[in-house]
Amino acid sequence: MSAPIIHMENIKKHYGNVIALNGVTFDVRAGECHCLLGDNGAGKSTFIKTMSGVHKPTEGSINFEGKPLSFNSPRDAMEAGIATVFQDLAMIPLMSVTRNFFMGREPTKGRGIFKRFDIDTANEITMTEMHKMGINLRGPDQAVGTLSGGERQTVAIARAVYFGAKVLILDEPTSALGVRQTANVLATINRVRALGIGVVFISHNVRHAMAVGDRFTVLNRGQTLGTATRGEINAAQLQDMMAGGQEMAELEGSLGGTI
Amino acid sequence: MSTQTLPRADERVKSESFVAKLMKRPELGAIGGVVLVTIFFMITADSTMFTLSGVMNFMTPAAQLGILGIAAAMLMIGGEFDLSIGSMVAFAGMVFGVFVVNVGMPLVIAIPLTLAIAAALGATNGMVVLRTGLPSFIVTLAGLFILRGAALVGLKLFTGGSTQLRGIREAVEGDFLAPIFSGDAFGFLMRWLAEAGIVDSFKSGVPKVPGIPVEIIWFIAFAAIATYVLLRTPAGNWIFATGGDAFAAQNSGVPVRRVKISLFMLTAVAAALVAIITVIDAGSTDARRGFMKEFEAIIAAVIGGCLLTGGYGSAIGAFFGAIIFGMVTIGLTYTKFDQDWFQVFLGAMLLLAVIFNNVIRRRVTGER
Repeated sequence: MSAPIIHMENIKKHYGNVIALNGVTFDVRAGECHCLLGDNGAGKSTFIKTMSGVHKPTEGSINFEGKPLSFNSPRDAMEAGIATVFQDLAMIPLMSVTRNFFMGREPTKGRGIFKRFDIDTANEITMTEMHKMGINLRGPDQAVGTLSGGERQTVAIARAVYFGAKVLILDEPTSALGVRQTANVLATINRVRALGIGVVFISHNVRHAMAVGDRFTVLNRGQTLGTATRGEINAAQLQDMMAGGQEMAELEGSLGGTI
Repeated sequence: MSTQTLPRADERVKSESFVAKLMKRPELGAIGGVVLVTIFFMITADSTMFTLSGVMNFMTPAAQLGILGIAAAMLMIGGEFDLSIGSMVAFAGMVFGVFVVNVGMPLVIAIPLTLAIAAALGATNGMVVLRTGLPSFIVTLAGLFILRGAALVGLKLFTGGSTQLRGIREAVEGDFLAPIFSGDAFGFLMRWLAEAGIVDSFKSGVPKVPGIPVEIIWFIAFAAIATYVLLRTPAGNWIFATGGDAFAAQNSGVPVRRVKISLFMLTAVAAALVAIITVIDAGSTDARRGFMKEFEAIIAAVIGGCLLTGGYGSAIGAFFGAIIFGMVTIGLTYTKFDQDWFQVFLGAMLLLAVIFNNVIRRRVTGER
């Protein structure tokens, strides 16, 4: 197996007297999908914010492509190639797909005062990139607001990939989606992985994680409970680790094992 | 990667007709409005309204309002309001008047200085809005009173107690910059057209319309540049993004603060430009100049398709919105109707436009 693109060792994060992360170890290799699982409040959000440069860890080390690194801002992380697709997606519904795709990074042509937004190139790139992800737009001027949740998610992913992401962090990409749309997003994750990008897939849905994950790390109460590779572990075991065992088992029993 | 196949059309999407595409343009309402108003006056008004001189008659106030309206539209697309532009017209007019009459500056200094002062005040508006996080509505409402009051006090101070500053025309007479900011342009063209018999002329051979008032030229040029910036430059994309969702735009690397401050500066400078043009034209300035213009400018922008929530709209829309305004104000004098129907019409138009825009927004975003 290849060396990890990013390796985070024993990350701790304290907010005053609250210990949000208490020793998290996590890495991502090129072309794999590493799932980070955890229940609400397990520290998933804090952890990805540390990874994407929003927070600095209180303790612990980050190695990026073999070199120690510390991000001072989300911009630093973005420039290094760590792209995060947050749940709110940073998309503007009233604007076209193209305008969203290139928001803040518009291609230009011409010089001086004639420097202008190269809308034809932008449209073309958007259409091909979206096509690669398996979405056929009505047209590049279609407003993002008319897309389904899954399609918007895909636009955000395609945008990150196009702008050179090496690591793609997806924060609960499937949590608000229907069955069909979830399948589409999972298929997109597959495509991205095939491009050699390391995907960090954050979820609390074990089934979605099992569908695309190569490795699984479970986070509980700010600590990693270990990492398992595909085939070593089944859904029930993951579910148990996430929820913290005993109590959940009883609950599940009373619900007839439907969760 | 496998070989590229051409994107296949989605079979679930009906191809859109030209009309359906047109329905999604923000300026549609304003263009429709112009057509309706034109038909209305074709029927009710004296036929002289649509002669060349009649058109110049209603285009002149339309242009003065339109310059403000287009700037207001750009600011609204960027997600903010500026209620201080009407007062800014009075204030900038006072500053300009004092510069040319009391100080005796040539236009080449007085105009840039007036515009720079306006820009600085606009930037202050923007900075207060961004720093405090308060709605621009309330911050610029304060500006509305402050600048109006300052214009009044300034006029009294520099004229020795009068609220009107006279003698501006005399002061700028013969200045080489004056023809760019006052009077009529393309006089030679009109004379030529009159000789060729294309436009009406008096018996002496002098054309009835001596030229195109400069504000109309400024108005058309500003509309063209604003449209170009909005639709074809990165800055235009930033303006839409900033108004659509400032947080998302910021996260995507759009310089949101710079965009907003620049837009506040733009509205202030547009107000100062209108002040300079109208003050030279009138030869004097007074404290009531630009009264209520902030609302009229916003109404022109809204008729032009701008959403009150930002992120959507067009400069061309505001252009036509302003023309509707000019046609109605002046047009009523060509009819038998009481001129004061104007305000009734204005309110009705605004209400219609807002309702219409809401429907359009739902269409665009696909909300159901």
